[in-house]
Amino acid sequence: MTGNDAAAMAAKMAKPQVVAAYPITPQTSIAEKLASYVARGELNAHYIKVESETSALAACIGGSLAGARVFTATSSQGLALMHELLHWASGARLPVVIVNVNRSMAAPWSLGIDHNDSLSQRDTGCIQMYCETAQEALDNILIAFKLAEKTLMPTMICMDGFLLSHYSEPVDIPDQADVDRFLPPRKAKYKMDPKNPFTFGGGVSPTVLFGLRKRIQDDMDHALSHFQKICGQFYRYFKRRYRAVEPFDTKGKEIALITNGTLSGTARAFVEQAGKEKGVGLIKIRLFRPFPRRELTMALKGLKKAVVIDRNLSPGSGGIFSQEIRAVLYETGQKIPVISAIGGIGGVDVTIEDLDRLVQRVREGGNLTGETIWMGD
Amino acid sequence: MDGGLSMAKFHAKEELIYPGSFACPGCGLMIAFRHVLKALGKNTAVITTAGCGSVVAGSYPQTISKVPFFHCSFGTAAATAAGLKAGFDMMGKGSINVLAWAGDGGTFDIGLQSLSGAAERNDDIIYVCYDNEAYMNTGVQRSSGTPLGAWTTTTPIESLENRPKKRITAIMAAHEIPYIATASVSYPDDLKKKIRKAKGIKGFRFIHILVPCPTGWLYPASDTIRIGRSAVLSRIFPLFEIIHGKEYRLSPMGAKISVNEYLISQGRFRGLSEKDISHIQEKVDEYWFELKMLAARGDGRH
Repeated sequence: MTGNDAAAMAAKMAKPQVVAAYPITPQTSIAEKLASYVARGELNAHYIKVESETSALAACIGGSLAGARVFTATSSQGLALMHELLHWASGARLPVVIVNVNRSMAAPWSLGIDHNDSLSQRDTGCIQMYCETAQEALDNILIAFKLAEKTLMPTMICMDGFLLSHYSEPVDIPDQADVDRFLPPRKAKYKMDPKNPFTFGGGVSPTVLFGLRKRIQDDMDHALSHFQKICGQFYRYFKRRYRAVEPFDTKGKEIALITNGTLSGTARAFVEQAGKEKGVGLIKIRLFRPFPRRELTMALKGLKKAVVIDRNLSPGSGGIFSQEIRAVLYETGQKIPVISAIGGIGGVDVTIEDLDRLVQRVREGGNLTGETIWMGD
Repeated sequence: MDGGLSMAKFHAKEELIYPGSFACPGCGLMIAFRHVLKALGKNTAVITTAGCGSVVAGSYPQTISKVPFFHCSFGTAAATAAGLKAGFDMMGKGSINVLAWAGDGGTFDIGLQSLSGAAERNDDIIYVCYDNEAYMNTGVQRSSGTPLGAWTTTTPIESLENRPKKRITAIMAAHEIPYIATASVSYPDDLKKKIRKAKGIKGFRFIHILVPCPTGWLYPASDTIRIGRSAVLSRIFPLFEIIHGKEYRLSPMGAKISVNEYLISQGRFRGLSEKDISHIQEKVDEYWFELKMLAARGDGRH
């Protein structure tokens, strides 16, 4: 099945009670599938056919306030339109689950994939995960519901547009009974209830707001251990093991390619083919927020160089993942060069040959620290 | 009916707001909110969008609301309320009244898209617009609910509001929703009757309440009810209902007075010339005639 099929299947199996979505390429088929699941009675939910992404997330916020499990999916401009509401959901501590099928931001129009849409939401207080395969999309969504409801943070699962959303792959679909055991119905501690009325989200003093922001940071820090625990439970039910940072064949290697999303698949194939000869391994980052500092440091131990491939750009600064990784290494005193490569923006193909050239350049290029390599340049 | 003026019919029931709100003295909004909640009863949850309605509700750890109350993002009251109602339905609590409570800015302007979406889907919520005819909590800036000829800080005396007030009820009627009504804080019986009626209907219900604002309209705080009444009597804000977007029913209002009586009582209209006032009178008469025709087209009875 396609990545979008897998995402819709996962969302269905998680049994959300309120679904609200607005069509946008390449997310649309998730919304379509869910609409038909609801129409056919395969999913017992209210499907709200909203008139915009702002309203999609607003409706999810409303549903979540009632104590319901909620789901929405979007892409690119649609996610940007949700921006204000992402702050609202995290500030109100509502466990909304959002699938973002990554697509470049206009202008100009493009249907290609890069991660600028989701990374622009970095600071909203939304947990972010990236997927390499359709299987991961399905599994990450199930994990996301549990993680969101445990941490009371909105959680976003990012899937590469077309490369993942529209390509078909074999996917192991878990038994509904196992999913039900892994992910029982949501039990909201705080909700809107006339029998126990509260006011939510009204004005607060600076000190209260300051305290609430610190609380979010603390809870995001704890989210990492919840993530690990939940992945452990997931493994017990479904025999697939996931981690926040996943090294692949890095032992005894000199260079680590660091990737996220589908690019990890290409990098994996490259490492399988030429890793030994070129001294290259792979580190895949699954969880971007909270940023897995410790796991990343551990994964980089013993490696001499980190080459971060960013499918994104923070104009005036560079690749976002490489900045984050540099910051972590500076903190931990792990003084290895971090070489930043920008590739695949707008859906440009990143091939094994491209990776080979990149690694060659890094091997021959001396100290490239602080520079940005534009792949294919 | 006697025009809703008899306070004898105004039964004091359990208050659902606490005293001590942040509202200005004479605030029409607070009167409206009190009546609306009394008419809806305890089994209600409120979604409010940015505006005076959210500011007056108090600051943590205080609140004016005895029913669940959520401050949503500006312009999303309808969608948030629709989601809340859907959530309640799925949790087996479908009997809870969901009230979206928004000002003219949050309804006529920034909230119009979300409002139209929820109305068109006929989502099962009661949407009440408390209309004080400008962005009052940010300090009196014009909205598309600001009436022709009014002063605001963005329509200063040299350049008074030169467009008519947006006819929000006509826009809502075009959605063919089951129930629309206009109401006034000066006609509390009529207001509560309409809210109770709305409560008994399923689907999207829209109530437009004119809430006079001493701070922005520039009149003494003690005149709120009197000004609200002259708005209705002059027919600049007539009271009516629209059933399924088609059937117009006029509510009892009392004998018509000149619009000048309404305008001269407020500082915001001080910049108007006699010619301006007669122009406004013409527009009001035109609208009133149109409404009477619409009401006569149906059976028009009440």
